[in-house]
Amino acid sequence: MSSTPDTHETATFTGAALALGDDALILSHRLGEWAGSAPVLEEEVALANIALDLLGQARILLSLVGDEDELAYLREERSFRNVQLAEQPNGDFAHTIARQLYFSTYQHLLYGRLASGDGPFAGLAAKAVKEVAYHRDHAEHWTLRLGDGTTESHERMQRACDALWRYTGELFQPVEGLDVDHAAMESAWLASMTDILGKATLTVPSGPRTGAWAAGAGRQGLHTESFGRMIAEMQHLHRSHPGATW
Amino acid sequence: MTAVTADTAGTTGVSGVSDAAVAAEQAAYETVFDAAVAAEERIEPRDWMPEAYRASLVRQIAQHAHSEIIGMQPEANWITRAPSLRRKAILMAKVQDEAGHGLYLYSAAETLGTSRDELLDKLHSGRQKYSSIFNYPTLTWADVGAIGWLVDGAAITNQVPICRCSYGPYARAMVRVCKEESFHQRQGFEALLALSQGTEAQHAMAQDAVDRWWWPSLMMFGPPDDESTHTAQAMAWKIKRHTNDELRQRFVDIAVPQAEALGLTLPDPDLRWNEERGHYDFGAIDWTEFWDVLKGNGPCNDQRLSKRRQAHEDGAWVREAAAAHAKKHQHTGKHGEAQA
Repeated sequence: MSSTPDTHETATFTGAALALGDDALILSHRLGEWAGSAPVLEEEVALANIALDLLGQARILLSLVGDEDELAYLREERSFRNVQLAEQPNGDFAHTIARQLYFSTYQHLLYGRLASGDGPFAGLAAKAVKEVAYHRDHAEHWTLRLGDGTTESHERMQRACDALWRYTGELFQPVEGLDVDHAAMESAWLASMTDILGKATLTVPSGPRTGAWAAGAGRQGLHTESFGRMIAEMQHLHRSHPGATW
Repeated sequence: MTAVTADTAGTTGVSGVSDAAVAAEQAAYETVFDAAVAAEERIEPRDWMPEAYRASLVRQIAQHAHSEIIGMQPEANWITRAPSLRRKAILMAKVQDEAGHGLYLYSAAETLGTSRDELLDKLHSGRQKYSSIFNYPTLTWADVGAIGWLVDGAAITNQVPICRCSYGPYARAMVRVCKEESFHQRQGFEALLALSQGTEAQHAMAQDAVDRWWWPSLMMFGPPDDESTHTAQAMAWKIKRHTNDELRQRFVDIAVPQAEALGLTLPDPDLRWNEERGHYDFGAIDWTEFWDVLKGNGPCNDQRLSKRRQAHEDGAWVREAAAAHAKKHQHTGKHGEAQA
């Protein structure tokens, strides 16, 4: 199919905004599921804080390319562009922290690069990178505590890191419209993981960094089974009242 | 802590001080305490205070803190289903505020010589209560609005006078809590207004929620004055400034015109303006239901407490890990910044 440079540019921008926006939207939703169940009251506040930052980012990003509610509530599963890591169920607190560690380190590297460029996301990234620096610190501190805490916490944290490792390859698949060096970002991410997991007395997982599908599946709208249930819950009320305002 | 306590007063200590001398010292402390309360001065953690005053404050502040954290549950029930991203952000922020209120209040209670762990243990074992209002279920999205408007509205009516409570840490915590509660109340009103002015189905959802939450909200002020066991003493100590019935009336007087503005009715055929009293008259409250829910027979008592206990038990290994890590690194200072 042929397209003029302008429409191609628009499609590229839309795709990139949806990729970033859906990552934030979906991870925020998962973190919101913790409300009332966190292991300690301070973590109720911290997890909600991170969820709110991500939701704020999602709302800005989705609004750049359409109506935020139509995009969040009326798209089908196959139209979401988030990485599969973001949608992975909370599991125990170690799984949530491992997901946060992998994702926030990636997001911090990405937004840092976008903020220093002159692309369309530079302004948003400059603000978001400060929020994400806190998310990363939060995840690193808990990785240290859980990895180098008790025998049980060490084992749980190692299991969580191992289980989610396969979803980390996708983070560095190039996204058209994001003008960053994904390979360099991946090297920096791996170095960071080696450092922090080492300090936490954990082993860097050795398994493959993709699932049976090629890395990049989430960005193409191929998600894991739990994702369908997650968005069914998220979208149900909105879809039950077509055209209503809230 | 205190120089003299009710436990030690009246006995002859190892130092050989006589009962009479201790009693005289106790009386002197009490005089200072009573004068400070009478002069509207704040009692601070290091000041001497009667043990009964301390116990009464611990009971009230703990109950308040427990209400904040149990109160997260009925609203968190709707976070994952919030119908717009704006509403979702508001609701997440509100539930987060409640966790924050729990933190300030447990801290305020700790200034009285107890600990958060001890208080949580009493909550989990049923030895301390939380507000019965949270033993009602949130069945529809409109319940989130009704809780904000009515439940937070009632809470503010109760809590604004506590900003002048004689105990400093509680009064100060309450100033901050009330500011945030005021935002919660407004967002609840605004959410209900959107529903009331929305589609027919949305309007019906809003009315149904108000019908279910109105009477339990009136019960939040506690039993009628002649049946309230704590009111008289709490008022004498200036922990409490108004009686349950006074506060309940104040709330009704505020809520009626707000219901009219919302275009919703309140489920009380006896509700009417009384020119002579300058207040709204309202119908009889079903106190049987109130006592029943208080005793544990509400729709969600078991569910709320079970979920709270479960979260605490599931989190035990995390808290143990944090403690173990802190202990390992306390001397080196390495990772010392890693505090929960």
